[in-house]
Amino acid sequence: MDKFLTDLGEVFSNPKYLEEFAAGTWETLYSTVLATVLAYLIGLVLAVLLVAGEEGGVRPLPTVMMKGLNVLINILRSVPFLILMLFVLPLSMLILGTQIGTAASIPPLVVAAAPFVARLLETSLREMDRGVLEAAQSMGCTPFQIVWKVMLPECLPGLASNFTTAFITILGYGAMAGAIGGGGLGRIAMNYGYHRNNLAVCLVATVLIVILVQIAQSAGSYAVARMDRRSRSVPKRRGRKKSA
Amino acid sequence: MIEIKHLCKTFPTSEGEFHALKDINLTIEDGAVFGIVGMSGAGKSTLVRCLNLLERPTSGQVVVDGKDLCALSQGELIAQRRSISMIFQQFNLLMQRTCLKNVCFPMEIAGVKEAQARARAMELLETVGLPDKAESYPVQLSGGQRQRVAIARSLASNPKILLCDEATSALDPKTTRDILRLIKDINRRLGITVVVITHEMAVVEEICTHVAILDHGVMMETGRVEEVFSNPKTEAGRRLVYPDGVVIDRLSAARVVRIVFNGGSSYEPLIASLAIDCGVKVNILGADTRNIDGQAFGSMLLGLPQDPQEAAKAVGYLKNQPNVTMEEVRDYHG
Ligand SMILES: Nc1ncnc2c1ncn2[C@@H]1O[C@H](COP(=O)(O)OP(=O)(O)O)[C@@H](O)[C@H]1O
Ligand SMILES: [Mg+2]
Repeated sequence: MDKFLTDLGEVFSNPKYLEEFAAGTWETLYSTVLATVLAYLIGLVLAVLLVAGEEGGVRPLPTVMMKGLNVLINILRSVPFLILMLFVLPLSMLILGTQIGTAASIPPLVVAAAPFVARLLETSLREMDRGVLEAAQSMGCTPFQIVWKVMLPECLPGLASNFTTAFITILGYGAMAGAIGGGGLGRIAMNYGYHRNNLAVCLVATVLIVILVQIAQSAGSYAVARMDRRSRSVPKRRGRKKSA
Repeated sequence: MIEIKHLCKTFPTSEGEFHALKDINLTIEDGAVFGIVGMSGAGKSTLVRCLNLLERPTSGQVVVDGKDLCALSQGELIAQRRSISMIFQQFNLLMQRTCLKNVCFPMEIAGVKEAQARARAMELLETVGLPDKAESYPVQLSGGQRQRVAIARSLASNPKILLCDEATSALDPKTTRDILRLIKDINRRLGITVVVITHEMAVVEEICTHVAILDHGVMMETGRVEEVFSNPKTEAGRRLVYPDGVVIDRLSAARVVRIVFNGGSSYEPLIASLAIDCGVKVNILGADTRNIDGQAFGSMLLGLPQDPQEAAKAVGYLKNQPNVTMEEVRDYHG
């Protein structure tokens, strides 16, 4: 206990630590944001293909293709994240010339998260009212227009809310990536807390991650409530809270 | 003109094929307000969805202005759909768009310039009586208002045909009447052919010029509303036109006649004059009359007096009335 308190005191007094944490937080943030945006874009394309391409969708695709896509996503989703990361690390070598550091953890994060995001967004898109799709079809929309002008805008609240979920999940993945050479708060917690038995540093790093998650969730929920036009309450007032 | 020729639609189900539409033949003239009525599950929605190929017929043709829809390429079909608008029971507005943006939508997808589309959309919102709701979101509107926005949206592409699938079934009676009046007005002023799908005869009475009766996927009868209403030829037709039946009272032995009003003065003077002119009192066993465009349509069951001579007198009198047809009901079992 004594060691813990001394360590904790040191964390807040030693500028070296503060610098370390500041850098770690920044690394975590940018890698998470970058990985989330990329995984989200890939996931969104996959989700649109899954929903629009199925039999009876707005633009049915060959059954073989749809089966293949589903199997691929399922396989990628069922491989444990850490193992998938190890498999994909050579990709980082190829793209970035290194397997270590914050940037190097981004490609594996994207590959690991994209299938998960695809399934997440697929559920959002499936909430689309079939009647509205039919109305759009009856007006002579092309399949692309239906996706771009009807499905995506109408599902925006759900899609945005799942952006938050994706961000938070990838934040967690990123922390794990610290264990295999990634940067950020996860690395700090791992290096100090695990390898040097410095519980105080580990705790502070964890608290920082929790704070990031809280901020992301609050900001996400707020943004979703603002953009959802389906609730009767006036958007500007922060009246009714929507559960995420 | 819409011509439906030998249209069949089957759905594959777990218990084999389901024949939703069986050899439908129908012609809908330009400018008509054509009602398609039938009980729930009769296949009305399937039929109307075949008119813009939301549902592909299993066999048969849908010919609109000489063009067989099934023979069109994807691109041609999309163009054709822009001249056939549709409104729905559930309105199906884009919930994340304002009313104005909803009305702009068909023009937006057709590539109309934004400023021009907005101006036209404003005009259309005025046409349907909702200019002040332009910046509201659909969720802030009542059902009737939402349907008005949907109607404005349906007019945005300058369609030649408007399909209404149970467009008033989610609305209260007063709002229903307002919406029907609006549709009729649009039909008259813009000359748009309207196809109205409904399970309510009242809707047909209110606005339709022609009607087709659909029962279990089969077209039972079709014709001008007053023809079909005054003298439904099929059992399905009678069930729809006189849903509560015409039987009220039990009466044995006496002769029973059915008289049908084909549009004319109402039935009360007839019964009164029968009593006054011939001194014969008849028993009204049941009646179902309707007022369409100010004229009486309907049928009435009359129990004639026991006395054969009096009965004959009444029959003779009734036979000579204008706008009334009479038939004897031989197997009347109250
Ligand atoms: N996609 C479908 N698959 C199987 N059966 C269907 C499908 N669509 C409609 N049906 C069946 O066809 C019949 C007619 O349906 P519908 O046209 O919606 O009737 P209505 O609009 O007259 O109430 C119903 O029995 C319905 O169950
Ligand atoms: Mg229906």
